[in-house]
Amino acid sequence: MPVVSMTVNGKPASADVEARTLLVQFIREQLGLTGTHVGCDTSQCGACVVHVDGRAVKSCTMLAAQAEGAEIVTIEGLAKNGELHPVQAAFREHHGLQCGFCTPGMIMTAVDMIRRKPDLDEETVRDELEGNICRCTGYHNIVKAILAASREMR
Amino acid sequence: MSDAASGEGIGQPVRRKEDFRFITGNGHYTDDISRPRQTWAYFLRSPHAHARIKSIDTSAAEAAPGVVAIFTGRHVADDGLGGLICGWTVTSKDGTPMKVGRHPILALDTVRYVGDHVAMVVAETLADARAAAELIDVDYEALPAAVSLSACQSAGAPQVHPEAPRNTCFEWELGNKAETDAAFAKAGRVVKLDLKNNRLIPNAMEPRAALGEFDKGTGIYTLHTTSQNPHVARLVLSAFVGVAPEHKLRVIAPDVGGGFGSKIFIYAEETACVWAAAKVGRPIKWTADRSEAFLSDAHGRDHLSHAELALDKDGKFLALRVKTVANLGAYLSTFSASVPTYLYGTLLSGQYDIPAIHVEVDGVYTHTAPVDAYRGAGRPEATYLVERIVETAARETGIDPAELRRRNYIRTFPHQTPVIMNYDTGDYEASLAAAMEAIDYKGFPARKAEAAKRGKLRGIGFSSYIEACGIAPSAAVGSLGAGVGLWESAEVRVNPTGNVEVLTGSHSHGQGHETTFAQLVASRLGVPLANVEIVHGDTDKVQFGMGTYGSRSGAVGMSAIVKALDKIEAKAKKIAAHLMEAAVEDIVFENGTFTVQGTDKSLAWAELSLAAYTAHGFPSGEIEPGLKEGAFYDPVNFTFPAGCHICEVEIDPDTGIVKIAKFVAVDDFGTVINPMIVEGQVHGGIAQGIGQALLEHGIYDVDSGQLITGSYMDYCMPRADDLPSFDLGFTTTICPSNPLGMKGCGEAGAIASPPAIINAVTDALGIRDIEMPATPARVWTALQSATPRAAAE
Repeated sequence: MPVVSMTVNGKPASADVEARTLLVQFIREQLGLTGTHVGCDTSQCGACVVHVDGRAVKSCTMLAAQAEGAEIVTIEGLAKNGELHPVQAAFREHHGLQCGFCTPGMIMTAVDMIRRKPDLDEETVRDELEGNICRCTGYHNIVKAILAASREMR
Repeated sequence: MSDAASGEGIGQPVRRKEDFRFITGNGHYTDDISRPRQTWAYFLRSPHAHARIKSIDTSAAEAAPGVVAIFTGRHVADDGLGGLICGWTVTSKDGTPMKVGRHPILALDTVRYVGDHVAMVVAETLADARAAAELIDVDYEALPAAVSLSACQSAGAPQVHPEAPRNTCFEWELGNKAETDAAFAKAGRVVKLDLKNNRLIPNAMEPRAALGEFDKGTGIYTLHTTSQNPHVARLVLSAFVGVAPEHKLRVIAPDVGGGFGSKIFIYAEETACVWAAAKVGRPIKWTADRSEAFLSDAHGRDHLSHAELALDKDGKFLALRVKTVANLGAYLSTFSASVPTYLYGTLLSGQYDIPAIHVEVDGVYTHTAPVDAYRGAGRPEATYLVERIVETAARETGIDPAELRRRNYIRTFPHQTPVIMNYDTGDYEASLAAAMEAIDYKGFPARKAEAAKRGKLRGIGFSSYIEACGIAPSAAVGSLGAGVGLWESAEVRVNPTGNVEVLTGSHSHGQGHETTFAQLVASRLGVPLANVEIVHGDTDKVQFGMGTYGSRSGAVGMSAIVKALDKIEAKAKKIAAHLMEAAVEDIVFENGTFTVQGTDKSLAWAELSLAAYTAHGFPSGEIEPGLKEGAFYDPVNFTFPAGCHICEVEIDPDTGIVKIAKFVAVDDFGTVINPMIVEGQVHGGIAQGIGQALLEHGIYDVDSGQLITGSYMDYCMPRADDLPSFDLGFTTTICPSNPLGMKGCGEAGAIASPPAIINAVTDALGIRDIEMPATPARVWTALQSATPRAAAE
């Protein structure tokens, strides 16, 4: 089995894995970082979004081996020095989550969205959320939270 | 500081206590929990909608790498396990009980839907289990399947169960047929409508999962599972399936990622996992992938109805007559028989004074996945029927839809409907008026004209809904066929330091109970919210409870907490009276402080709590040490949330795409504990309603019984760009039947919104009906047949 090595949330991570191991399986099962979720099997729901070298990626669409040498950030690595990331704080402030299952992927997507598009408006946020499904919130408060975080981070 | 001043009390939009773990990735859902020496289960499922199993050869699979054990229906039967049950018995109009087909955990000799459970492979890894399952050789004799709801009762249709001729489980009725027929006979006008309520697939974002364990030393089984009601799961698994005696079975529902009804039920997979854990002597984990969820989670809705409304010449409703065929799927799921009967027929009076109602419902089996409660459960189907036919009546009589509703609203309470329900309070005119104001109803003609100039078709639709929540006194539901009571339990444990744990039998899987329940407790006891912990979802901690569904957790679950808090306060006052040498009648408890009326003597909550446990200051012969009280609360009536939703749509005639231009919801939920959370519940409900009306449809191939919409590539889940932001408002009448005056808010959005949307779409198109979901293809097709293209422009 190949050894894959990468940096996850600032720490080196390395393991022998089967070649077919997906990045999300590596994160959840090898590293025990269970904040990244799996909600579908067709790369539609976005519950598994993490950052790979700073870009939001569905970790179910990528083999662990493809992330060799990459810098990975998961939801567990987003808060720094005990301070919530502004997007995390905004999801709480604006009730952008209910059951919490889609939330890690939503937050990781939102962080990348704000980085790429600092001048977000509602239509753009809704458009950008195409790849993340939430069944609880009707997106109303997720959109509100992302717009608020985006203003905060300007 | 009072709770109002601290912003933590009842009515405050307190930010959720549970959020921190979810936004930092520290939630603990079932699949996140792993055990040493854990194995994985994979279920081999039927590829046929209907087939006889001639033989199952597992020898090659047993020899495959990593395989620990393989179980089939034969193993389950040989071990004496019972099948899965339906906990509600419906009686047909001829007095016979519903005809129940056997529901084995793993199929014995017949499979009855695509996805039915044939074998469980237990292996070292999921990949091993999955690979081995492919080596199981099942010799099927494929049989014709009954898939079509409209044809499954025909003579000669393939039979799902030998117990149920013509695939008919029950032929149920409610209301007075003779009075209804008489009212129709003298009616000035009769409006008729045929309606389909489309099959939905619930799709909580967390797929179902289970982790079964067995402790050989104690003989205790532990099941972690994605459940909305772990206590009921334990009862069913012990008393009916016979996995283990109740006291030897612990069921834990940890963080659960949404339910919407689909996680109420007791399914084959978790049953097999906990049972087999003892057989293999190792923990067994199973997590559904999304494809399995589509195939095997209980689906929702799926009705065919014919409705007739009789009116007099002034537009006053005289009677309603309904005939419905409701799909139950291949097996009766845990509460499926109650959904198209007592949760449906009883709501057909809507918000209206209708003197006579008669409804007949045939519950039928088909070779499709079981159908059971999905957000709203029966009430969306009732509301869809009532609000569609009322809107149709408005159009046919030429009476403005708001005016027709006003003429027929119930205005005096209590109001006994002809279909069991006794509405306790409400003000339907108030929510209608507020919704019309919010959407600017007067300005609609101008907006329609402006849209027409842009080549767009604009329509508006109303929905005045009512639902029955907090499902009723236990004795009443028992008389209607429920196999369980529908009360709730609570236990309040005050610790010696004064902080508080509250154990509840309801379960939170997104509803925010850890916050709202704590708001109630904090405000009552005058302690900071941070000092209150809500405990739920573990049968070792909470003794018993009925779980969360039917918008019951506030109205029933919190009422139980109020009862327990009453007892806590009563005992604390007795202790305070001894400590401050005063009469108990003179003790006042306010903002966390006990005072002796008319004196400056006082005792803080924390001092009292400690004193309750040191037991130094009061005679323990008279007052027991400690401060812990429990209560069971049985509701005295259903609660009746109601309101008005109005939807405005704009349709592009070139593409058939329906855009929701504006959606207004005005709801009366009685007392609101946390408006932020309540609004969130309404948002989510409306989104699911929009999903039903415009996007979602669970479709089986009518011949093969294959599920065509079996993934997110085929089943259209609402995405952010399908939905608008919502405009919400509240009106309030206090529920008189529970101590907090709450009615429930969890399902209203999904109940109210579909008819508002379809009424708007049919208004825009100028047609009588369009089937849900009103997809662009259907809308475009309707436009081509309804009007020449140029007429729209």
